[in-house]
Amino acid sequence: MVAVDGVMYSAWLFMAALGLTLIYGVMKIVNVTHGSFYALGAYAGASFTGAWLARGYPPMLSYAVLFAAALVITLAFAPLIERGILRFMYAKDEVVILLITYALFLILEDTIKLIWGVDPYFVAEPYALLGSFELAGLSYPTYNLILVGLALAMGGALAWLRHGTRVGKLLLAVIHDPEVSRAMGINVGKYYLVTFTFGSMLAALAGSFTAPTVSVVPGLGVEVIVLSFAVVVIGGLGSLPGAALGAVIVGLVRSFSVHYMPQVELFVIYFVMAMVLAFRPRGLFSLAEPRKI
Amino acid sequence: MRRDRTPEVIGVIFLVVALSGPWLPQWAMFILTIAFARGLVALGLMLLLRAGLVSFGQALYYCLGAYAAGALGKFIGVGDIFVQMLAGAAVAALVACVLGFLLARYRGIFFGLLSLALSMILYGLLVKNEALGSTDGFNILPSTLFGIRPAADWVRYCVVVAAAFAGLAAALLVHRYLNTPLGRLAPAIKDNEIRVEYMGASARSAIHVKYVIAAVLAGVGGALAATNVGHIDPEMAYWTTSGEFIFITILAGTGNVIAPFAGALIFGVIHTLAYDLSPNTWQMSLGAALLALIVFLPNGLWSLFARRKAA
Repeated sequence: MVAVDGVMYSAWLFMAALGLTLIYGVMKIVNVTHGSFYALGAYAGASFTGAWLARGYPPMLSYAVLFAAALVITLAFAPLIERGILRFMYAKDEVVILLITYALFLILEDTIKLIWGVDPYFVAEPYALLGSFELAGLSYPTYNLILVGLALAMGGALAWLRHGTRVGKLLLAVIHDPEVSRAMGINVGKYYLVTFTFGSMLAALAGSFTAPTVSVVPGLGVEVIVLSFAVVVIGGLGSLPGAALGAVIVGLVRSFSVHYMPQVELFVIYFVMAMVLAFRPRGLFSLAEPRKI
Repeated sequence: MRRDRTPEVIGVIFLVVALSGPWLPQWAMFILTIAFARGLVALGLMLLLRAGLVSFGQALYYCLGAYAAGALGKFIGVGDIFVQMLAGAAVAALVACVLGFLLARYRGIFFGLLSLALSMILYGLLVKNEALGSTDGFNILPSTLFGIRPAADWVRYCVVVAAAFAGLAAALLVHRYLNTPLGRLAPAIKDNEIRVEYMGASARSAIHVKYVIAAVLAGVGGALAATNVGHIDPEMAYWTTSGEFIFITILAGTGNVIAPFAGALIFGVIHTLAYDLSPNTWQMSLGAALLALIVFLPNGLWSLFARRKAA
């Protein structure tokens, strides 16, 4: 039972953190706006699906609506942010870019409040629609299986894009040395734009598919962003298998503590993060980096 | 070279606060006290920023200082503001000394992320701690000054004077510290750490010292904030609180020890005004201001002032 909960929570964490590690891996940006995209996705998912169901359209298609909502909302915001602001900042120090994304995060938080107001949104239909299944005498909502499946699909798709396609190989060149890639005729700016949009879309997808399981309220992204940081840092910033491992570790640790020692729930997550940073500062899946002179 | 007038300016600020205090309305004193409390934290962050380090977890020490002050009142019944500040400083110093051994090895983004994790650990502990009021926190005793309980109308005045005293004394000490060899090492560490080590100085121990100083300042700031507000809760350790401190530090710049206090005051006023005028968009104005600062004034508001003086 603990393990099942842990796996489900891990799947959610993995979805939430995947885009963060992708964006860091390619662009070397610790992207605080990731939390905003999660929240944007959640709001868009909740309101689109709510509108869809209110018109009486087939509820089974609401999953497609959740998907489309994340897509639309990301395309509305991510390219704007990358082209309009981040593009001019790449030359700056990593920490400065982190502050810039923090500023953007603050702006997006209030943009969300302006668009959707401060009242909570509920759309439980997609969650309740599938009923539940039994495992070892306990029933679990089937919707959670969708989340696990989606997490696996997202991770798989990303791994395939990175290792199995031409685009992925070119991306590797961009990661390795943007300057030389540019000289070789790769449109690095385009790769950054696509990476940022795609990474943000993963966050928005995580948000929109989580929306039916929670009440969507302001401040949703604030918590997600630190959790995702923990996951990504444990695994190693920029590493895809690292994010998966980080999600599994955090997910299991949390579900064990919730079941056996609920008073340390939050504490253990960040304790693990601090321990990993203390012994492997660059995360579990990371290569040694020479000290630059 | 121009004579450095910072100590005189600090003295004048203290006199102005102390003398004008009795005529100030209560809310103005509240904002001033909070500005001094936040300014102390920002002063510490400024020390780290001069060495190129950004701590995303300074709320750890702010919160520790506040809880140390609160626990004194709650469990021992001591509400003296100076004792509270000392307790905040002591607890922060102790924790920072230990954590410093770990953190002094980190640079750049990893320094930020590890300090973030540490402050979230404290948040996680406090949220689940029933004895300390979990998410609600607890109220703390009204303050006394050297064991004397001031009349109700004068409590705020005493607190603001104590805050001004602590803040400006710290500013003075940090100002002197910046002119010592250890203090001057900071920009060198930022520029090129390996050269610093070739010169025979240890970057790691220099950073450790700065980290402990920054923590002590934040601890005192937290104790002041606790006394001023009269209530503490775990939110003080959350990462958004650290974000506010970073905002103040960036706003102020690293040019002078008075800058963080000016930055904190500006932040407090903006915060209050924006919250009053449009509670749903104040974060947006904050974000836009931060963005504009990073792009147009990377050395903070103080650089405007310094440039004008140089011209």
